[in-house]
Amino acid sequence: MPKIIVEVMPKADLLDPAGKAVANSLQRQGHSAITNVRIGKRIELHYEEAPTPKQIEDAKEIAAYFLSNGVIEDVVSVSVEEL
Amino acid sequence: MTKNISVDTTKEAKKTPDKAQPWKELGLKQEEYDRIKVILGRRPTSAELAMYSVMWSEHCSYKSSKIYLRQFGEKVTPEMRKNLMVGMGENAGVVDIGEGWAVTFKVESHNHPSYIEPFQGAATGVGGIVRDILTMGARPIAVMDQLRFGAVDHPDTARVVNGVVSGISFYGNCLGLPNIGGETVFDKVYQGNPLVNALSVGALRHEDLKLAKATNPGDLVILFGARTGADGIGGVSVLASETFDSEGPSRRPAVQVGDPFAEKVLIECSLELYAAQVVAGIQDLGGAGLSCATSELASNGNAGMKVQLKNVLLRDESLTPEEILMSESQERMMAIVPKKDLKAFTDIVNKHEVEFSVMGEVIKEPRLYIMWGDEEIVNVPPRTVAHDGPVYERPVAYPSWIDSLKANSASTLPRETSEEALKSQINQVVSSPNQASKSWITDQYDHYVGGNTALAMPDDSGMVRVSEETGLGVAIATDANGKYCQLDPYTGTQLALAESYRNVAASGASPMAVTNCLNFGSPENPEVMWQFKEATAGLADGCLELGIPVTGGNVSFYNQTGDVAIYPTPVVGVLGVIDDVARRIPSGWQDEGNNIYLLGITRDELDGSAWAETIHDHLGGKPPVVDLKQEKALAELMHGANLQGLIASAHDLSEGGLVQAIIESSLRFGVGARIWLNEILERDNVDLTAALFSESQARMLISVGREDDVKFVGLCEARGIPVLRIGVTDSTKELIIQDVAGWTIEELAREHEGTIPELFG
Repeated sequence: MPKIIVEVMPKADLLDPAGKAVANSLQRQGHSAITNVRIGKRIELHYEEAPTPKQIEDAKEIAAYFLSNGVIEDVVSVSVEEL
Repeated sequence: MTKNISVDTTKEAKKTPDKAQPWKELGLKQEEYDRIKVILGRRPTSAELAMYSVMWSEHCSYKSSKIYLRQFGEKVTPEMRKNLMVGMGENAGVVDIGEGWAVTFKVESHNHPSYIEPFQGAATGVGGIVRDILTMGARPIAVMDQLRFGAVDHPDTARVVNGVVSGISFYGNCLGLPNIGGETVFDKVYQGNPLVNALSVGALRHEDLKLAKATNPGDLVILFGARTGADGIGGVSVLASETFDSEGPSRRPAVQVGDPFAEKVLIECSLELYAAQVVAGIQDLGGAGLSCATSELASNGNAGMKVQLKNVLLRDESLTPEEILMSESQERMMAIVPKKDLKAFTDIVNKHEVEFSVMGEVIKEPRLYIMWGDEEIVNVPPRTVAHDGPVYERPVAYPSWIDSLKANSASTLPRETSEEALKSQINQVVSSPNQASKSWITDQYDHYVGGNTALAMPDDSGMVRVSEETGLGVAIATDANGKYCQLDPYTGTQLALAESYRNVAASGASPMAVTNCLNFGSPENPEVMWQFKEATAGLADGCLELGIPVTGGNVSFYNQTGDVAIYPTPVVGVLGVIDDVARRIPSGWQDEGNNIYLLGITRDELDGSAWAETIHDHLGGKPPVVDLKQEKALAELMHGANLQGLIASAHDLSEGGLVQAIIESSLRFGVGARIWLNEILERDNVDLTAALFSESQARMLISVGREDDVKFVGLCEARGIPVLRIGVTDSTKELIIQDVAGWTIEELAREHEGTIPELFG
């Protein structure tokens, strides 16, 4: 099924408490090479057929105003995935 | 990753006295910028400019409100000061409650951030006030919140309501602090400017009191807790754009993200540091971040400080010195630690896995030096930053619209007399968004975590036990009626005080101290400034008459959308003490066969009432008459009667009048009753509408076991409190108001509890 994948991350400047907690935990487990962790979200939009350029544009708009909170998050990518 | 950050040094500032600086963009006035130059004898460096601009802002300097806030310290008697351990000016006031215990409490606003980002804005509002309480040496024991949202039918209201309520519940619940009450009001005046005020209360032993000051030269200045990042520094981007050479202006976020688990660790870590006595002074980092903490600690201690800014642990290495000074990253504290105690300090913070860095030390010379590597970027007298900022006596003007508003009384509105129409009006009032049960909101908060909560919403006040040995506890209630204050800010503020006072008394506690959070429009509008002047005078005069001191507070100006200010909304919080929380008085009826008494006199006072708003969409006239003498007598009666165990339940009368109190008392535990109003009509010479809906003050609804009747009525008469038996509880599961209306409890619950979940659930 064709999908559009939207990836949203907390803004780079802002604290990411979940990422920090996981990073601390990984440090404790001995994974010292990992210096930082940031946790975002991946959203899949499913389509019957490969999305048209218009639909991709729409998805970008949806990602910006509805799927993310622009005050504290950034949409880092909107991409088409076809299987 | 590391990039060369060019800095503006004091040396550079002397060399380039005429360099153009963005003081205007940072919110400073020409005179203020000139004054900084006079203080320093040169132009400020960009770091100094950042510090002065934020510390001299309205939010930090209280420059427009200071001249009015003074009266809270002046209109007091020695008797009022007796139990006050720390008064205004510190992070929070501290009150001696006996048995070696003290409590500290304060309300603060987080209005603007909560409109931009409701969840994080409200969450960090809770975090900030809890740290203020912690800074006094106290363990935070409860929180409350005072919320004002826009019209329920506006499309943006649900965004703000849902975000704010989840933000408060998330942060408070994660911290394990019970949320014991608060208030929620909807009105279109708050549409573009909701109010999110948060209160916290903490308990400490007398000897554990801590103050925010750096006194002893040689003591270390230590920053501990979360790392410093680019949170909440949107405003200083203009400086960043100057100092970022190649990449152009950087847009930094204006909001902060909170981490309640980090705060919980910080609380336990700080309390352990206090217990080990390794901290000589402590300050939390909130608004204005390091600028505020360093300058206030030094200024309060009449000392100075020399600190190395490069020692601050950063989340983001690209931060400029100005941004580090301004950052409002959450969950950080600054401690002043004697050198000999550094080892003990280190052991404790390491145990809690809290990061820290030694930034520098306290010096004798009252000067704040901040270094960036080898370069001196700040060299200022700390007092000029923290305490001797500008003070304005802003113009005041009697509002042009207020006389016509006052002349438009609700007394001429049409009234119903038929049973059917009155029942319909009662249903409309108690199911209106402002009078309906707020349990959909308060049920999202944990009221009982910690196991010390004695009373919580929907009771009149929140009550928590402080001493688990003796049961000693405190009760807190808050109130603000923006409509009353719009009609008459002096009286309206006293009414808020009177209601909070009455709420505390109704729970069986003795009112003892006051805090406030004064939410107003722009101080540059003379009509708003007049409202502020009236409100503060009303509160100070009222506290003097009641004999309870203001211990601290907060002012929030610029609450407006465009040119339209919110209603003046001075939130007044009253704290009371109860010897044993086991003697608390519940707000609802408990058993069948108890007599129901109305204390106080009912007048025809419907101006600004819930009835006028709900039934006639009307606001005008004069708010109810304040009678603080009577309020005091009522509180003393409650205390006396409760000591003798005479009172089964008590509920204060306020918005919505008698009928609202009757319905809430019935629904609290699902107990029915038969009520008659004819004796009120006769004695007070009022009609049914006034008897049901009037918002006359100094009234309470009391239920008393039959065996205690004679004693109770005798006590009222001896103290000159008007008392009238108006009903009796029964086992019918029905509420009947004779000649007016009847409901089953189930039907009433649907009316009262259905509204808010339907709107936002």
